[in-house]
Amino acid sequence: MELDGVMLSRMLTTMTLMFHVIFATIGVGVPVMISFAEFLGIKRNDHHYLVLARRWTRGYTITVAVGVVTGTIIGLQLSLLWPSFMEVGGKVIALPLFMETFAFFFEAIFLGIYLYTWDRFKNKWTHWLLTLPILLGSTASAFFITTVNAFMNTPRGFEIQNGETINVDPVAAMLNPAMPSKVFHVVASSYMTSAAILAAIAAFAILKGRRGHYQQKALRLTAACTFVFSLLTAFAGDVSAKFLADAQPEKLAAAEWHFETEKGADLVYFGTVNEDGEVENALRFPKLLSFLAGGSFDTEVIGLNDIPEDERPPLWIHYMFDTMVTIGMYVMAVTLLFVLMDRAKRRNALSKPLLLGILAAGPLSMIAIEAGWVLAETGRQPWIMRGYLKVAEAATTNDSIAMVFILFALLYLVLGIMTAVILIKMFKNSPAELEIEKRYPNRE
Amino acid sequence: MNYELIGITVLWTFLYGYIIVASIDFGAGFFAYYAKIKKKDHIINDLISRYLSPVWEITNVFFVFFFVGIVGFFPAAAYYYGTALLLPGSVALILIGVRGSFYAFNNYGSRNSTFYLFLYGAAGLLIPASLSTVLTISEGGFLKEIDGNVIFLAKELLTSPYSWSVVFLSIVSVLFISASFLTFYADRAENNWARKTLRQFALFWSMPTIVASLLAFISLQMHNPEHYSKAVTEYWWMFGLSLLCFGAASWFIYIGKRYGAAFIMVMLQFFFAFFGYGASHLPYILYPYISFRENVTSDAMAAALVVVFILGLCLLIPSLVLVMRLFLFDTDYVKGKKK
Ligand code: HDD
Ligand code: HEM
Ligand code: HEM
Repeated sequence: MELDGVMLSRMLTTMTLMFHVIFATIGVGVPVMISFAEFLGIKRNDHHYLVLARRWTRGYTITVAVGVVTGTIIGLQLSLLWPSFMEVGGKVIALPLFMETFAFFFEAIFLGIYLYTWDRFKNKWTHWLLTLPILLGSTASAFFITTVNAFMNTPRGFEIQNGETINVDPVAAMLNPAMPSKVFHVVASSYMTSAAILAAIAAFAILKGRRGHYQQKALRLTAACTFVFSLLTAFAGDVSAKFLADAQPEKLAAAEWHFETEKGADLVYFGTVNEDGEVENALRFPKLLSFLAGGSFDTEVIGLNDIPEDERPPLWIHYMFDTMVTIGMYVMAVTLLFVLMDRAKRRNALSKPLLLGILAAGPLSMIAIEAGWVLAETGRQPWIMRGYLKVAEAATTNDSIAMVFILFALLYLVLGIMTAVILIKMFKNSPAELEIEKRYPNRE
Repeated sequence: MNYELIGITVLWTFLYGYIIVASIDFGAGFFAYYAKIKKKDHIINDLISRYLSPVWEITNVFFVFFFVGIVGFFPAAAYYYGTALLLPGSVALILIGVRGSFYAFNNYGSRNSTFYLFLYGAAGLLIPASLSTVLTISEGGFLKEIDGNVIFLAKELLTSPYSWSVVFLSIVSVLFISASFLTFYADRAENNWARKTLRQFALFWSMPTIVASLLAFISLQMHNPEHYSKAVTEYWWMFGLSLLCFGAASWFIYIGKRYGAAFIMVMLQFFFAFFGYGASHLPYILYPYISFRENVTSDAMAAALVVVFILGLCLLIPSLVLVMRLFLFDTDYVKGKKK
């Protein structure tokens, strides 16, 4: 591996996106949870949920701020690092990028209003109504950006003749075939991860011995939501896999270590590849890959050997795929267990092992998000726009990029640490119990 | 239809919007730091944060809108600037990153750290300085194309008098715009001490603004005579109107009345100067490589962008009006009586 401009551009893009996606995911999912909590609080006239919504919102302002600045960085950095891609892409896929800025506007405006108008309206529902444009704006921005990413996988809506881009159809480019499954999976997994992180925080508080009604309500709400969203995520993941089998078989084949095109293909779970290209040490689920790819146990699945050698994605993305799926299954199982035990009114729903299990689900979900993106993006290699433009042809020709990489690495390091420190300080300095007492002195 | 003209007008208008709202924000950082070291922070800084907290994200989106719009309407411009500006662009990005997040950390998280405020205030002056170099580069002479590679001539930029006059102009304009807005805001809040201090700032920074503008003009004449002659022959009246508005604004601030009108005059002053500059810059977006007529995107894309833009405005304008009514024209909020 050589540290040339292309490699450095890829590393910098990867670093920026992987950092941004942490905050972007929270940015998309947490408003949904805030909206739920405030809704329950008003509906049931339960101040615990209202305090919950307030506290989540306060933490959210910090993560949104980092999301906004890192997002601004990506937006410009894509032009700085991949000028040729942005020139071709800009001609065809600028529409959703442009629409995304309106979604940002919408979200930013109403978030500003929401934050500073808690006690300003006579009718409590008015304030709750403000969560809807926030939620709409953030999910719409996920929608639009994912459309762009889907376009990179299945470019549509233009023709190339003598090096010129002609017959541009922006709407066809936007509604490209990869769009529905990708958007569905990205949005569902963002909701799931955000709920899981909030559940982990609640579980942590209870583990620390703060077992009040407030914490228990928080845990019940977030764990139930995590479970429902994880079902949606897994379903969307299944849709994505079926889509890949159809439209990007090389990505699925590399993710699954599926070499020979065959019917009734096995699903390979982890394992290693030896020098002769044979899979060892793996768990095999007979015919399951065919099911994942086509909904029946004898669907034919295209193998890597049928793909031209210079268009095969790297094999290591298999581990990314397995990590993501394993985490998905784990989170679903642990939250289901909690919900069932809680329903059964058996007190041990708050037992230590189960709480630890939920605590782990939060960070694990974020790891699944990262793994999923690395799978999706690296699985597109060597293409930046599949079938049209290779990564190596798109990178910048500028040569100061090594220094730029170091500068950004430092920036993210500082931002990451600061965010964590500020968030911890913020909630340590004002424990929930104190806040409840201050705001609602007359209630138990 | 004439999409390239619509496109460039939309983008220029948003850039103008960004210059106004961002200047208020950037300058406010400087004043906040100044008030802190003078130990007057409790008076000014509450006022500033009451205005900034709900709107700083919106300000940032103006900027995002502008560069996304450039990629959409003029993809070739994105290619040239993108290749050339990796280093200066990255520096500006890092500054924006530090400033935005430190604002949030300071304001929503732990309060009142002098160190944060210093970084915040300093970054607020460095960002306009570094962003203004993009306008300088657009005048030509700082990029070279060799074998299809676009090369940025950093040394030429750093030694050019024109480039420094633009940097100077951007910094003093930021302070002037910001001070005149905050004077108005303090006046609405009936916060006498803050108003008095901010009014002095506004008066203090008014003269340098004009001097800097003249310097920029003179050095433009040396750097890009073609642009200069177009500005003074075809668009001289725009700059004349700008000067008149400046006079009116300074007068209002000087007599200490009608701060709202004064701020509107400041906005008009910059409006005329900015559009006069922009109009005389055309047809080039990047002299002499990119012209807005030849390098505009396809009709299909331009039409789609314009449609989305109009729909977007229908969503945006009522929401912005709502924000202004809640945070700018609601006297109780401005005075800090509402949380
Ligand atoms: C909490 C996060 C999470 C979880 C638990 C899962 N995924 Fe996922 N997955 C993502 C988060 C994610 C993602 C971050 O949202 C990706 C990256 C790019 C994309 O489109 O979605 C993704 C991509 C992605 C792709 C590639 C899509 C493409 O490139 O077009 C496939 C095939 C799957 N996933 C399949 C699954 C399956 C079968 C799962 C079973 C449970 C699963 N994912 C769980
Ligand atoms: C999983 C993928 C992504 C999601 C879910 C996502 C979502 C978000 C969210 C929620 C924000 C905060 C917006 C706000 O509150 O104003 C944001 C900011 C931003 N994102 Fe991302 N993003 C993703 C990836 C990207 C990518 C790949 C780009 C680059 C094209 C990008 C560009 C931006 C920009 C420019 C901003 C700043 C907007 C502003 O200033 O308000 N995002 N993103
Ligand atoms: C506007 C949409 C997007 C654009 C234009 C874009 C562009 C790129 C480019 C140019 C690369 C480097 C080439 C490569 O190595 O494949 C890349 C890689 C990558 N991108 Fe995307 N991307 C987009 C969306 C996303 C999103 C939303 C994420 C999620 C965070 C993401 C995550 C990654 C990752 C992890 C890599 C590294 C892959 C590798 O190791 O090669 N991308 N992307």
